[in-house]
Amino acid sequence: MYTQALNTAETDDRGLEDAAKAAQFQARIDAEERIEPNDWMPAAYRKTLTRQISQHAHSEIVGMLPEGNWITRAPTLRRKGALLAKVQDECGHGLYLYAAAETLGASREELVDAMLAGKAKYSSIFNYPTLTWADIGTIGWLVDGAAIMNQIPLCRCSYGPYARAMIRVCKEESFHQRQGYEIMVTLCRGSDEQKAMAQDALNRWWWPVLMMFGPPDAASQHSDASTRWKIKRFSNDELRQKFVDATVPQAQYLGLTIPDPGMVQDAEGHWRYSEIDWTEFKQVLAGNGPCNRDRMAARRKAHDEGAWVREAAAAYAAKRAQRQTAQAAE
Amino acid sequence: MTTPNTPLWEVFIRSRNGLAHKHVGSLHASDATMALQAARDIYTRRGEGLSIWVVPSTAITASDPAEKGMMFEPAESKIYRHPTFYEVPDEVGHM
Repeated sequence: MYTQALNTAETDDRGLEDAAKAAQFQARIDAEERIEPNDWMPAAYRKTLTRQISQHAHSEIVGMLPEGNWITRAPTLRRKGALLAKVQDECGHGLYLYAAAETLGASREELVDAMLAGKAKYSSIFNYPTLTWADIGTIGWLVDGAAIMNQIPLCRCSYGPYARAMIRVCKEESFHQRQGYEIMVTLCRGSDEQKAMAQDALNRWWWPVLMMFGPPDAASQHSDASTRWKIKRFSNDELRQKFVDATVPQAQYLGLTIPDPGMVQDAEGHWRYSEIDWTEFKQVLAGNGPCNRDRMAARRKAHDEGAWVREAAAAYAAKRAQRQTAQAAE
Repeated sequence: MTTPNTPLWEVFIRSRNGLAHKHVGSLHASDATMALQAARDIYTRRGEGLSIWVVPSTAITASDPAEKGMMFEPAESKIYRHPTFYEVPDEVGHM
């Protein structure tokens, strides 16, 4: 059950970890057993997962901002309804993920505060602006497409609550990608201006989307332990390659050009992309992307302006509880 | 003013196929009414259910994973509790 109150791990993790317990834990992972909240786990496993799941949750929440930007300006009521539903889904995904992270012992408030204080990261991709309607199509097609590629293997992650949250998320994410691609198909079948708008969006999003998979394998600092613990089943570069191979034919169908003149198909059919600009990635992660400050400001504003609602709800619940106790005493 | 942490609730949903309420996840809400409304928004956006239960997480008593053996092993050795343990001659047909 997903209850923080039942977590006894804090005491378990104090002091030196029992080597026998650690070996037993790894044996369970190797046997493809799921680890559940109240099971013993190494402190580092707990820490890695708390960081990963909460970052994932923050990404879903911040991810509502670039798309929310277009809800009031969607071209038709059909598109508006779909976009609104998609943004609601992102919020829901954030909430499933926060709940999964909380089973590891962190409170929701701590996790949210860490993000608002700039101490916890979210995906680099949401620091890019959505300049035109074609960006909404591109986000659904590529950003959600990349997210699905990354999330499907997470459905088999060794930590039960995370894996279960991912199963729900993946089921819902498929609609996101399809609605995005449909927008792109419509634009590409439209006027020259519309097609040019689609191409421009692809040009701007392509490289940032490839960066979503994270640093190249040679430079990735978290992969080894995550792989051993079966949190991660494929490397960053493997997933990135799978994504590129799946996406190239979709771009070809649209008649759009991927902004990588050096891209070639090798003998095995894989599309080999050019070197990614990792300086840009590092800059965006460090807070210097085009929209980092806007995103943080928007999240803080929403949190601050919602404070009175949280206070009022808590005060009301306290008043009701007090009245009930008084009545019971009569 | 600092507000206390919002309580955690467990959400159970009965789907339209008439099966029992099933645990689907958890959420935070300050009281039961708000928990029900939040559960509607978070867990039934695609017609997943016809009935929702919300239960304060603190009200749940869970079995201890460390006692898994003691709790569940006794059932494993009692294969005579399953219908396949018993042999019925083929001639009798389906039973």
